[in-house]
Amino acid sequence: MNLTRRHLLLLLPAAGVAWKYILAGTPEVAPNYKLTDHWWGMLIDLTKCIGCGNCVRACQAENDVPDGYFRTWVERYHVTDYDIENPQVDSPDGGRKGFPPAKDPSGKNFFVPKLCNHCADSPCTQVCPVGATFIGPDGVVLVDKTYCLGCRYCVQACPYGCRFISPKTETAEKCTLCYHRITKGLTTACCETCPTGARQLADLKNPKDPIHEFLKTHSVQVLKPYMATHAKVFYNNLDGSVR
Amino acid sequence: MNAFRDAGHLFRLAGVFAAGVLLFLVLRSFLVPKSFGEYGHYRGNALAEIAARPVNFAGHETCETCHADVLEKKRDGKHAHVNCEACHGPLAKHADDPSSVTPAKLDAAVLCVRCHEANAAKPKSFPQVVSADHSNGLPCDTCHQPHSPAIAAEPAK
Repeated sequence: MNLTRRHLLLLLPAAGVAWKYILAGTPEVAPNYKLTDHWWGMLIDLTKCIGCGNCVRACQAENDVPDGYFRTWVERYHVTDYDIENPQVDSPDGGRKGFPPAKDPSGKNFFVPKLCNHCADSPCTQVCPVGATFIGPDGVVLVDKTYCLGCRYCVQACPYGCRFISPKTETAEKCTLCYHRITKGLTTACCETCPTGARQLADLKNPKDPIHEFLKTHSVQVLKPYMATHAKVFYNNLDGSVR
Repeated sequence: MNAFRDAGHLFRLAGVFAAGVLLFLVLRSFLVPKSFGEYGHYRGNALAEIAARPVNFAGHETCETCHADVLEKKRDGKHAHVNCEACHGPLAKHADDPSSVTPAKLDAAVLCVRCHEANAAKPKSFPQVVSADHSNGLPCDTCHQPHSPAIAAEPAK
């Protein structure tokens, strides 16, 4: 074939595109971790939660969460006379130091640990104007703090109150589902330290994960299902009074 | 070609637009990170950056590679499924360098009541005590061994 100057010029754009891909490289999340092989969530068995606050302390130790802010916290519900519209909820210091004795031991009392629900259709990622918050191919909702402007749209959008603006960086912060741990094959800090196994990390794309059997055989619910966020934190034995 | 007789100013305008578009494309290729849009409308490299954070909790599998004796002690006890760092705290630094970083001694008086102090909101089946009445002020580990807490010669109820 006779390669003319005109042919070379025509090849230039294609070469430019190829060069761009070479420059971008393939960022390695972690060796042996394939993004598309996972779809992360969590299972919280409320029949096992004892409100010890281990998860809250572990989260703060693992993720350097600023004092007074929480990526996970524990709430205590008190429902009298089955008035599920008006539960009394307390969470002193996010449950970090445990809970004082219940003021009224009658009625229904129980603990509810909360964290980011890693929604498959999350309102927080939809409102971000700069693409700083996103759901990864493995189903974890994350914040790119180098892109975040601190505009607080996502803090307002989250129906579960799981986000805050870090006083240190002035950017949005939230539970990462211990992304730095689960990509290395470890479980999250809260699941690692939960003494009763009330919290369990779940990989919904792994057919061998015990969550599939659990979801089949238990009465499992997500928080605020009417928001259609497709939350991936599943609660076993969730009471109707929980907001 | 009479229609294009006075079109010179339109061509000049088109030229200015073309130059503007070119400038925009050049600037964008410099300003937008290479990995933006790799997986979606965000910077793909952010995933790897978040994943690069060091861990503080080593995980019980790591502990068990050295402390098999404790695992043996725990195996048949009530605390078999309580992971090491639930009580001992984050010890990845100890796992990385066991000789120079030694874990602090734990205080049973603080740790046991975190879980076992009676509270109406705890599940009824979970063993709970009112610590002030339970032991006459004695520390828990006078009678209970934390790794296997049942008392061997417990009198029948």
